[in-house]
Amino acid sequence: MNLWKDFSNGLIKENPTFRLVLGTCPTLALTTAVFNGIGMGIAATAVLIGSNLIISLIKKIVPNEVRIPIYIVVIATFTTIVQMLIQAFSPALDKSLGIYIPLIVVNCIIIARAEAFAAKNPVINSVMDGLGMGLGFTAALTIISAVREILGAGTFLGMPLFGESFEPVLMMILPPGGFLVYGLSIAAFNKITSPRKS
Amino acid sequence: MKLGLIIVSAIFINNFVLSQFLGICPFLGVSKKIDTAVGMSVAVTFVMGLASVICWAVQIFILDPMNIGYMQTIAFILVIAGLVQFVEMVIKKTSPTLYQALGIYLPLITTNCAVLGVAILNIDKSYNLIESLINGVGAGLGFSLAIILFAGVRERLELAPIPKALEGFPIAMIAASLFSIAFLGFSGLFSGLL
Repeated sequence: MNLWKDFSNGLIKENPTFRLVLGTCPTLALTTAVFNGIGMGIAATAVLIGSNLIISLIKKIVPNEVRIPIYIVVIATFTTIVQMLIQAFSPALDKSLGIYIPLIVVNCIIIARAEAFAAKNPVINSVMDGLGMGLGFTAALTIISAVREILGAGTFLGMPLFGESFEPVLMMILPPGGFLVYGLSIAAFNKITSPRKS
Repeated sequence: MKLGLIIVSAIFINNFVLSQFLGICPFLGVSKKIDTAVGMSVAVTFVMGLASVICWAVQIFILDPMNIGYMQTIAFILVIAGLVQFVEMVIKKTSPTLYQALGIYLPLITTNCAVLGVAILNIDKSYNLIESLINGVGAGLGFSLAIILFAGVRERLELAPIPKALEGFPIAMIAASLFSIAFLGFSGLFSGLL
């Protein structure tokens, strides 16, 4: 029961993208196509689970004063592992995510969960938290990138959706579209999840 | 000539915040007031310039000869974290007034992805030492331009009547979107030369 709560926390109640507004750089930069959005989401989830696991395991032996540098080294190690795996198994994804793969290190979601959750909770709970947060992030990226790809390119995962006559709204896949869709999605999320006034 | 192009490109055309999406967290977090935005941009520009040079040296003199390029992410983030700590100590000793003004923003620079981003981009584009320095400082100035202008807009937004659901981040994002459209106007500049 408790594990389920830790897992589901990241999906809606504390969704990292829509509620906590963390990790905004990859959210804006990589949501031009659904493929990139999902790829980034999965990469970040893998790093998040790994770093939460290790940090929760070592939480008792880490001196309080130097905990942040130690967390960063753990996160950087997992980021490097993920980067090498992507390079080996999916060069296309590596090419389209580019510089944003090493930048997972400085994704605030990961250090925030390490500090706020993994450093205080048991191992299993921390892994569930990492999984929930990661999936919440992935879901958010998928939604934003679906809106941007459908409107901006008229395709979904590369498949054309509309006929020849469709004129794509090019702005949606350019930087301004990223800010616009992200802003409106947070507004919509707030509207839907906030308690109704009676 | 090339140096001039690099700096103009880093400030306007490939503005780190508005067209490359690096450093969005401080851009949204520290842009509520113009004063703090100015303090943050000075600190970031300084660290970005310094980090560009040191990370370049680490890559050329340590990682490349030892053939351990895969350690790049770990090495760079450690360099940046150490550098930020060092800058914090130096400023504290030499200028307590500046330290007071920047105080809480200094440690935050470690997790600013623009700093790590510019260090990695310098290596990816195989810039030499001077070009890396110029690119780092230029990117820092671009960040400063964006965040200071944006802080001015947000000070006005405080007073505007905004629908409940749009308050806070959503309206800031929409304002940033309009900003980004304005900066798109630079994108054709020098397209033949770059």
